[in-house]
Amino acid sequence: MRLTLKIWRQPNAETQGAMHTYEIDGVSDDMSFLEMLDVLNEDLIAKGEDPVAFDSDCREGICGACGLMINGQAHGPEVTTTCQLHMRSFKDGDEIVVEPWRADAFPVVKDLVVDRGAFDRIIQAGGYISVNTGSAPEAHSVPVPRDDAIRAFNVATCIGCGACVAACPNGSASLFMGAKITHLGELPQGQPERDSRVVGMVAQHDAEGFGGCTNIGECTAACPKEIPLDVISRLNWDLHAALRHGH
Amino acid sequence: MTGARASRSTITLKLLMAVSGIAFILFVLAHMYGNLKAFSGHDAYNEYAAHLRTLGEPLLPASGFLWILRAGLIIALVVHVYAAAALWRRAKRARTQRYVVKKNLASSFSSRWMRWGGVAILLFLVWHLLNFSIGKVNVSGGATNDPYNLLVDTFDTWWMTIIYLLAMLALGMHLHHGTWSASQTLGLTNTVRARRNAKALGWILAVVIAGGFSLVPIFVLAGVITK
Amino acid sequence: MTDMPDTTLTGDPSHDAPGQHGDDAAGYYTPGSPLLDTKAPDGPIDQRWQTRKFEARLVNPANRRKLDIIIVGTGLAGGSAAATLGEAGYNVKSFCYQDSPRRAHSIAAQGGINAAKNYKEDGDSVHRLFYDTVKGGDYRSRESNVYRLAEVSTNIIDQCVAQGVPFAREYGGLLDNRSFGGVQVSRTFYARGQTGQQLLIGAYQAMERQVAAGTVEQFTRHEMLELIVVDGKARGIIARDLVTGEIETHLADVVVLATGGYGNVFFLSTNAMGSNVTASWRAHRKGAYMANPCYTQIHPTCIPVTGTHQSKLTLMSESLRNDGRIWVPKNKADCEKDPREIPEEARDYYLERIYPSFGNLVPRDIASRAAKNVCDEGRGVGPAVDGVRRGVYLDFSSAIERLGREGIEEKYDNLFDMYARITGENPYETPMRIYPAVHYVMGGLWVDYDLQSTIPGLFVTGEANFSDHGANRLGASALMQGLADGYFVLPHTIRDYLADGPFEKIDEDHPAVVEARKSVEDRVRHFLSTNGTRSVDSYHRELGNIMWEYCGMERSEDGLKKAIDLIRSLKDDFWRNVKVLGTAESLNQSLEKAGRVADFFELGELMCIDALNRRESCGGHFRSESQTEDGEALRHDDQFAYVAAWEFAGDEELPVLHKEDLVYTAIEMKQRSYK
Ligand SMILES: Cc1cc2nc3c(=O)[nH]c(=O)nc-3n(C[C@H](O)[C@H](O)[C@H](O)COP(=O)(O)OP(=O)(O)OC[C@H]3O[C@@H](n4cnc5c(N)ncnc54)[C@H](O)[C@@H]3O)c2cc1C
Ligand code: HEM
Ligand code: HEM
Ligand code: SF4
Ligand code: F3S
Ligand code: FES
Repeated sequence: MRLTLKIWRQPNAETQGAMHTYEIDGVSDDMSFLEMLDVLNEDLIAKGEDPVAFDSDCREGICGACGLMINGQAHGPEVTTTCQLHMRSFKDGDEIVVEPWRADAFPVVKDLVVDRGAFDRIIQAGGYISVNTGSAPEAHSVPVPRDDAIRAFNVATCIGCGACVAACPNGSASLFMGAKITHLGELPQGQPERDSRVVGMVAQHDAEGFGGCTNIGECTAACPKEIPLDVISRLNWDLHAALRHGH
Repeated sequence: MTGARASRSTITLKLLMAVSGIAFILFVLAHMYGNLKAFSGHDAYNEYAAHLRTLGEPLLPASGFLWILRAGLIIALVVHVYAAAALWRRAKRARTQRYVVKKNLASSFSSRWMRWGGVAILLFLVWHLLNFSIGKVNVSGGATNDPYNLLVDTFDTWWMTIIYLLAMLALGMHLHHGTWSASQTLGLTNTVRARRNAKALGWILAVVIAGGFSLVPIFVLAGVITK
Repeated sequence: MTDMPDTTLTGDPSHDAPGQHGDDAAGYYTPGSPLLDTKAPDGPIDQRWQTRKFEARLVNPANRRKLDIIIVGTGLAGGSAAATLGEAGYNVKSFCYQDSPRRAHSIAAQGGINAAKNYKEDGDSVHRLFYDTVKGGDYRSRESNVYRLAEVSTNIIDQCVAQGVPFAREYGGLLDNRSFGGVQVSRTFYARGQTGQQLLIGAYQAMERQVAAGTVEQFTRHEMLELIVVDGKARGIIARDLVTGEIETHLADVVVLATGGYGNVFFLSTNAMGSNVTASWRAHRKGAYMANPCYTQIHPTCIPVTGTHQSKLTLMSESLRNDGRIWVPKNKADCEKDPREIPEEARDYYLERIYPSFGNLVPRDIASRAAKNVCDEGRGVGPAVDGVRRGVYLDFSSAIERLGREGIEEKYDNLFDMYARITGENPYETPMRIYPAVHYVMGGLWVDYDLQSTIPGLFVTGEANFSDHGANRLGASALMQGLADGYFVLPHTIRDYLADGPFEKIDEDHPAVVEARKSVEDRVRHFLSTNGTRSVDSYHRELGNIMWEYCGMERSEDGLKKAIDLIRSLKDDFWRNVKVLGTAESLNQSLEKAGRVADFFELGELMCIDALNRRESCGGHFRSESQTEDGEALRHDDQFAYVAAWEFAGDEELPVLHKEDLVYTAIEMKQRSYK
């Protein structure tokens, strides 16, 4: 199929970017969206133009590196990651607008590549259980109800891709944060640090310049791992608890 | 993170917003119910208005209850509007470079209209208070000292009714998302079922309150409620 | 899988006598002195690790802050090491090329992690895990290392659970296990199909905690491009900040490489796009030996290539073979047909036919080779890429009849969904298509029992080292090894080295530092100024094809020699004709790839030489010259029971082969048969 691509090009963080239009032909249904961009890049290189920069690594939907705004939808029209989006979701002659995640907390590095270091810093602010290597008790000493373990797992599948932020009209990272709060909060191991964790992470979230959540719900619809909105409820609940406990 | 204060977070802002919002909801529910007294006729309505002013006497001075209510509402309003403005500003700063194309998939229209809807309600409130409470403006030029007559005069004017109905639309939308949102903010929606219930409650409150309020203006204009 | 004879027949000297075929790789290498692992203690195998831990000298806590450790890689091996060494109070600098440590390719591991917890009381033990691993590696791994791996495996589970890794649990709240990869005990811990992800997130969080505590400094989007060796010791790295393009010098007392596997030398593999050999290869060029580079694991159940645009391959869990039946049409003419229209009698269930007792459950390498053979015969299915159809059917129709669609959904729905998303075909209705793909490399930098390479002060952990898996790796053992190395082994062994530190301070104008830096800058400049005509990817793809064709599932003397010639001339052309646009001072993904591919060329050549030298079939390495009459792999313990450790002797020189003999004291080398 033949497509018209409108892609955001920006040489670096300091220079203002703009949309550029490219025509691409011979795109097959089986290509992933990123393979389609690979083909475009080969074309560009042949013409002596700078190829389009975009992030990807695993290309199987698990590392969270990829992520593009495709026709106004984070990761495009399917509930999956950009690397797992295939061109059969598009039709011959389509025009596709490709933009980077937009959030001031995710500054553009180049073209479609953004800096998501803010997520690491949110985790640094409390998204862990403090246990030094070697000091762990025998694994079976603390049984975990199966349902809790399943719930914890379900939200622990967050890949840190940032689509939730990209899709949220407020540029909030609450879904990402809520997923971690819920993952660790569901488990007995996570209880001792529950208050300090939520307080630290939320403070860092705010300091990074993400917006506050007003429960709009675009995030969960864009999330390739279908993290449900109740993690934000849990996040709020935990923060209130911390407030009550005097944090 | 040392020095991180839970109370200074965006979530705390939202918590304040939810609490003040819920206070509003309770107020408008009661207010809406009171308004329906208009269907019982001139005397019953005016008696109710007067009763509001004597409520709590002799424990409270004259109009004491009303003033407590007003103080509460003013605080709630300040908090609610302050928090709304702070969150709005943050959201604006969180994305200064906008998308060329952005689709909304899951969000309701109400949710995306909370802020402008809120502004509409605020404007309405200013007018409303001038109209009925502080200013007592009778657009048809009639007397302003008889609450029932003021009401009927007001809504006999078609454009006043339109303004009120539009405001009720804004209120309905605000409540539709606001109720669900407040439940989520309070951390009460941890299950799919709880979320569904909160959303349903949003619809119910929106329809009951905005609908209930709308009855009086409509029936006045339609000539059912008359002086 | 059921219990599988995953070791190979050992050679019967009369059948294939030494000397009969001479030295295949003669002329491609120089023989070197034998190599000895001086760190592994003697004594009973279950005491060795205790002994070593005790003998390894301690570092005073007050001194730790003065000791700088560089760790390249944030996968299970690197992330866990950074966290642990940070907790111990050392000054750690951690590097990864992704934008976050959490994206290291360990995240993609699906199946699970082994540990000898014996929670099922099914007869598992440290010794059994040890035994299975050595046997699985076809007696080509070092026994003391493997024993230690099995020994610390239990601590890994405790540690991960305490960190909040949400392993699957039973109704009683205790951990669940499954049996995996052909062993008869249930010792594999798992978190649905995302075990690697959950383990990595655990290590990542532990590491981020140390970042917050100030003991670990993290450098993301930084690629190590050179090792700094001063007075024979590893003292730092040269890294490129991939965002600004700046070439940075980082000095330290010790360097740890945890940079993962190099399967991407094949271009198409299940590895991540950025997986590379650069860090290891640069170290190799500076004196670290490369061990058994040809040992590659090829996984039979991956989604086939659909076209020349393909950028990587996706693994489908091996468990699918429990219920799916593998076949191709008997008749080439049927290959284009809708498989549902091909009648039963026109189908060739070739695994069931050739291996009636094991059928579809034959070991990975056999299943892979058989698939290649039927496709080479022209009976492959699916889209033709470059004129050949490379795919075989994995058919669930009889299983669906037997278990019902729900039964299949319950077991495999996420895999079926993934397949459907990638291929656009519904595997409930039409048979899946699968094909083998490169998955894991057992080869890597040579390390001693302390995980130290032949360069003092350079330690290597995880998939980047060669240590524990011999010629083949058991399923669910790579995750175990990465975490064992990072949490429990390296922190002990590295202190013995650091006890001599802090080492003499060096500064950035030291000639060795200047030289390292300059070589990196020269390379970058070269790529950007070549102004050739071919893109980096096109070279990489071509190199991959050569490797896959001649150094893939089946290797032969002629093929390997041909491959070496092809690689050499392609490499030549690459250096003269590659086209890299853009600048050095910004994010430049073509430039990054160029550096990686340049190193893959050199590695690919060495892999072929190593494969050429090893004229035996063992584990993942199948030499067509070394098979029994019925086409089974044939091992030659008399000649090849050694680790082939290659030394770099210079660009114009032949590599030097050092042999470390494998001696088994706690286990007997055995042969087994499939029939
Ligand atoms: C699809 C798939 C499924 C698998 N499933 C299983 C399984 O079920 N069970 C199992 O046990 N094993 C499995 N494996 C194998 C296992 O996942 C890997 O062997 C293991 O995770 C490797 O971990 P590592 O820490 O050594 O390296 P990696 O996780 O690959 O990490 C490498 C790190 O090095 C960094 N790096 C690399 N080069 C450079 C450089 N030049 N400069 C700076 N940084 C660099 C990267 O950024 C990254 O952080 C699977 C592998 C794959 C591909
Ligand atoms: C006076 C002018 C008002 C303004 C400017 C305003 C604005 C807002 C804004 C911006 C929000 C947050 C948006 C969101 O959660 O999506 C909000 C939430 C809310 N508002 Fe208002 N509002 C006003 C009046 C009211 C009134 C009169 C009521 C009740 C009848 C009300 C009830 C609520 C509720 C319940 C919420 C939800 C709180 C939460 O999300 O936790 N608001 N308002
Ligand atoms: C059609 C709808 C409405 C009608 C007919 C109506 C009518 C009135 C009347 C008659 C009064 C004067 C009562 C008195 O002073 O005795 C009044 C006061 C007031 N109304 Fe409404 N109202 C309506 C909707 C609303 C809404 C939606 C709000 C809030 C968002 C609101 C908030 C108030 C407030 C705050 C007062 C002032 C009470 C006071 O004097 O302290 N009203 N309203
Ligand atoms: S919550 Fe979902 S969208 Fe957000 S970072 Fe995690 S996986 Fe991505
Ligand atoms: S879209 Fe944004 S407003 Fe909240 S519910 Fe999701 S973070
Ligand atoms: S590239 Fe890893 S999730 Fe898309």
